[in-house]
Amino acid sequence: MLEIRDLHTVVDGKPILRGVNLKIVAGEVHAVMGPNGSGKSTLAYVLAGREGYQADRGEVLYDGKMLLELTPEERARAGLFLAFQYPVEIPGVANATFLRTAVNAARSARGEEELSAMAFLKEARTKLKQLRMDESFLNRQVNVGFSGGEKKRNEIFQMAMLEPRLAVLDETDSGLDIDALKIVADGINRLRGAGRAMLVITHYQRLLDYTVPDRVHVLAEGRIVRSGGKELAIELEKKGYAEFSSAA
Amino acid sequence: MSASVETVKSVEAATGGEYKYGFYTDIESELAPKGLNKDIVRFISAKKEEPKWLLDWRLKAFQLWLNSAAEEPGWANVRYAPIDYQDAYYYAAPKKGETPKSLDEVDPVLLETYEKLGIPLKEQELLAGVAVDAVFDSVSVATTFKGKLGELGIVFCPISEAVKTHPELVQKYLGSVVPAADNFYATLNSAVFSDGSFVYIPKGVRCPMELSTYFRINAAETGQFERTLIIADVGAHVSYLEGCTAPMRSEHQLHAAVVELVALDDAEIKYSTVQNWYPGDKEGRGGIYNFVTKRGACRGRNSKISWTQVETGSAITWKYPSVILQGDHSTGEFYSVAITNNYQQADTGTKMIHIGRNTSSTIISKGISAGHGQQTYRGLVRVLGKADNARNYTRCDSLLIGEKCGGHTVPYIEAKNRTAKIEHEATTSKISDDQLFYCRQRGLSDEDAVSLIVNGFCKEVLQKLPMEFAVEAQKLLGISLEGAVG
Ligand SMILES: Nc1ncnc2c1ncn2[C@@H]1O[C@H](COP(=O)(O)OP(=O)(O)OP(=O)(O)O)[C@@H](O)[C@H]1O
Ligand SMILES: [Mg+2]
Repeated sequence: MLEIRDLHTVVDGKPILRGVNLKIVAGEVHAVMGPNGSGKSTLAYVLAGREGYQADRGEVLYDGKMLLELTPEERARAGLFLAFQYPVEIPGVANATFLRTAVNAARSARGEEELSAMAFLKEARTKLKQLRMDESFLNRQVNVGFSGGEKKRNEIFQMAMLEPRLAVLDETDSGLDIDALKIVADGINRLRGAGRAMLVITHYQRLLDYTVPDRVHVLAEGRIVRSGGKELAIELEKKGYAEFSSAA
Repeated sequence: MSASVETVKSVEAATGGEYKYGFYTDIESELAPKGLNKDIVRFISAKKEEPKWLLDWRLKAFQLWLNSAAEEPGWANVRYAPIDYQDAYYYAAPKKGETPKSLDEVDPVLLETYEKLGIPLKEQELLAGVAVDAVFDSVSVATTFKGKLGELGIVFCPISEAVKTHPELVQKYLGSVVPAADNFYATLNSAVFSDGSFVYIPKGVRCPMELSTYFRINAAETGQFERTLIIADVGAHVSYLEGCTAPMRSEHQLHAAVVELVALDDAEIKYSTVQNWYPGDKEGRGGIYNFVTKRGACRGRNSKISWTQVETGSAITWKYPSVILQGDHSTGEFYSVAITNNYQQADTGTKMIHIGRNTSSTIISKGISAGHGQQTYRGLVRVLGKADNARNYTRCDSLLIGEKCGGHTVPYIEAKNRTAKIEHEATTSKISDDQLFYCRQRGLSDEDAVSLIVNGFCKEVLQKLPMEFAVEAQKLLGISLEGAVG
């Protein structure tokens, strides 16, 4: 489903990604861990197409398409979702309006009919209930005045509504209390399954207890330096990243 | 076929169809000779078969205008080459003999024009609950639902007609809120005003439908000087909406209107504008100079006047819809959204003059600038000595899109009464790259993202518009900002 080949990225004149290789098969969940500043968010941004985060070398195949040639909205409409490490506030715009516009943009792109306000609302209520989130989320302005944890849960709610084929979650588990963490894990598990893939960026083994990854990768100094199964996360939790640091 | 169809096509081809209303109707016009002098004033008055008092009123205004020629306002934060007032037509009317008595008599070409603008004038096709007066260049061409309104004693007709049918009302109120000597453009308007709407709501009547006037400038090199007068008698309520468009032309055209509102005891007037005059092209060529004086007088106790405006068009906008709060317990409101894109300039705001006791006013202004657009909010809150317990709340928010535009806020506050409570808040923000990327990551195009963010920014004001028009206004905001990012 996703194949990243020898990806290099220079951000603001500084080489950040220095040859990333990664392959995710449909149905799998992969975790990416690594020290602060190692380039995890950068990788997520390159995949999503953020300005200033272009690939200087390498390529990314998504469903057989050259992902990097698409605009950010084309990628989104093709089923790529990024849960932001720092979700953005949009004052005055109701969450419901924002999400309905997003859902319908994807539907139009697929040649499907747009969801009516009523149909959307029904769907949104169902999803909120599943995620044990309050209905008031719909009327609140996008991320405005949300607590850190609420913002993260809102990302998961959006993901649930958009039902992406490839979800990249950038530290969606950071700053969550135990209950919220379960909600987030639950949101991931619900989407998990045939035809979908996930790339979960995290610092903590905790999330991985609830949503067990198929593979765990360590990103350090712009490269995937080690890959393994779930046990790698446990090992990292104990030992830290010292062995991957060139400074050590 | 006709030249107009070709004009529409070539205009669309040239502009990518961004300004949808830029077409020109090929209809023969009767024009007064170019230029402005006493004879032109007499000509206009004669064309409209006006009584002597009105001709005298116009001539007096014309004299004032000549005397005030040096006082063309220079204080607004807008720039343009000097206007040659002699190089324009002051009267243009579709040639078709008599004023139509009913819709069946209206020239089909005109009906078609309004259809194309999305304003069908045939009553059976009209939005239920909206009566329309259509003003084409200098004359009113059709007013709908006159009969139905007449049964309630409501007068809704072209002002030129009201002069004949209700001279006592016109004479009593014309110029009573905006005197002929008020300002340069108002004086000019008083001398040469063409047509506009007249509304009178009798005592205790709530107007059962929205009243709306649709202004269209069609002829080239023609100024439009409409004059609107709305009177709500004791306990009367009315909601009125004004819309405007013009063809795309490479030269600038002057639009200097005057609107006067009078609310007596317990009366309420809600006046909404969706202004979409041709804004000029991407390089700032052409477009309407919109120099307008709008003022309402809350004469009666407990009366209320509310202005809501969505200003997306015009090359230059100079406009300060104001409320004079004379009656005790009266209320004034001003809700505004103004957009300046490309090379548009706007200097707009309001004046709230508190005279009576326990008066209150609210000002919510949302300014959006993109491209090289420049915008200034200019607002005055004045509390006179006897206005005990006056209250004002003002909020001005500016949103900037891109690096080359500007937003400015110039509030004036003058309080001569110690009991006054005046609050002023102002913010300036930008649409950030983060916001755009967040939206695009969710599948929205750049343009949809901007439109969504802008609509969110203006929501408080758009909510004040009558339902049917709020939707229209939302779309208009999106269209006006096309090409603002990317
Ligand atoms: N826009 C930018 N301008 C300058 N430097 C940047 C920019 N974006 C990222 N960087 C730098 O790139 C490096 C990698 O950043 P990135 O956000 O990808 O790290 P990360 O692995 O996600 O870290 P964390 O675990 O703290 O979230 C950092 O040194 C960071 O300062
Ligand atoms: Mg990060």
